[in-house]
Amino acid sequence: MPNLRDIRSRIDSVENTKQVTRAMKLVAAAKLRKAQERIFNTRPYAYKIAEITNHLKEELDPTAHPFFQEPEETTGVLMIVLSGDRGLCGAFNSNVFKKAESVIESDYAAIQEQGDLYLLCVGSKGHEHFDKRGYTLVGDYRGVFDDLTFTIARDVVSDAIEGFDQGIWSEVTLVYNEFKNTISQNQIAEPLLPIPEERITTPVMEEEMTPMELPQNGQEIDHIFEPNAARLLDELIPRYLYYQVWRALLESNAAEQGARMVAMDNATSNAEELIEDLTLKYNRARQSAITMEILDITSGAEALENQ
Amino acid sequence: MADDLQVDIVTPDGRVFQGQASGVRAPGIEGSFEVLSHHAPMISAFGIGPLVVKTQNAHEFADIRDNRIVFATSGGFLEVINNQVTVLAETVELPSEIDVERAEEAEERARRRIEEGVQGEDRERAEKALERARNRVRVSMGQVGRG
Repeated sequence: MPNLRDIRSRIDSVENTKQVTRAMKLVAAAKLRKAQERIFNTRPYAYKIAEITNHLKEELDPTAHPFFQEPEETTGVLMIVLSGDRGLCGAFNSNVFKKAESVIESDYAAIQEQGDLYLLCVGSKGHEHFDKRGYTLVGDYRGVFDDLTFTIARDVVSDAIEGFDQGIWSEVTLVYNEFKNTISQNQIAEPLLPIPEERITTPVMEEEMTPMELPQNGQEIDHIFEPNAARLLDELIPRYLYYQVWRALLESNAAEQGARMVAMDNATSNAEELIEDLTLKYNRARQSAITMEILDITSGAEALENQ
Repeated sequence: MADDLQVDIVTPDGRVFQGQASGVRAPGIEGSFEVLSHHAPMISAFGIGPLVVKTQNAHEFADIRDNRIVFATSGGFLEVINNQVTVLAETVELPSEIDVERAEEAEERARRRIEEGVQGEDRERAEKALERARNRVRVSMGQVGRG
């Protein structure tokens, strides 16, 4: 027979938890709105700059720019992993870790064994996760998501370029959560450097991109370059890289808020269910206590009458 | 002229314009140029100056005058394929969005810096700022994009 007071205090504690999770859900919802607006505004530019860069690349010799050249031999790999700074967002962080680890296992196992695998983790959770597992980390990008600015994308790209130029790594891959909608995220691993031959398109890109229609007659397009290809590359390539990373950061940020909102919503409704169960138990216990008492009294009265 | 160019202007802060136009004029790095229908494929960089879209079908823009929308831009890229024009601009502003007073102040400030004789990178930055401010003032006064 459960103690009435024990049940009461459990109900109170679950009620408290519920209030906390509900507040967190509301905060996440407000942040999500802002994050969503940012990513929706940035996507068209990021997609278009990638499209133009690709058109430019198609017509130029790979030797035109160091970032176009496929390495003869992969000397090292930098993996940029975007996670969140905080937990309590369901499987958001662990999904992206799993994705990163599976890519490492399938593509870069040999590189890892040689000790030429480097990780650049944006977000505290990723930093701690991979640090604990003995990966070689580059840079420190913890706690950046509270005030996410373009400077962070610039810093990440310049870190990536520095090692690339020095030959520490010859490939850079970007792993992140893409914001599909509030309740779901896609885990994406896309090559950043060298700039890939065929652009990989994520599920969201396929839906939202409106690429320019190319002439159907199979003619090679021969662009006029103004002022000239070399100058265009100098201006375009850094911007292209900044915006690919910036977009991924915004995607990940929006995805995190969405995941947190859903996780906290689930937690809140679980708490409600628990409270309902406990209330039922509490009432039952109270009722049986009353019944016992009445039984006590009536049987006592009867005993008196029979005397 | 018929509006047979499909124009798409995007900036890092979002899509600014998407629709039909008969011509697009941009302040190319090596001089202003205009893209008309059936222009050859081109990728071009442009600098600070007015970006003009000539169109009959953009009535939602309050700033449209003589079938022209004039934006003040601070540079970017433009690609033409098959009568489709994609403009990637760093910033664009409509005349109505420009705070003329602020632009004039910025112009004054930049001019003073240059007169003080700053050198090197600071000088370049001041010159760029001056050019941007002048461009914004000119666009806001409607002195460009004609003819």
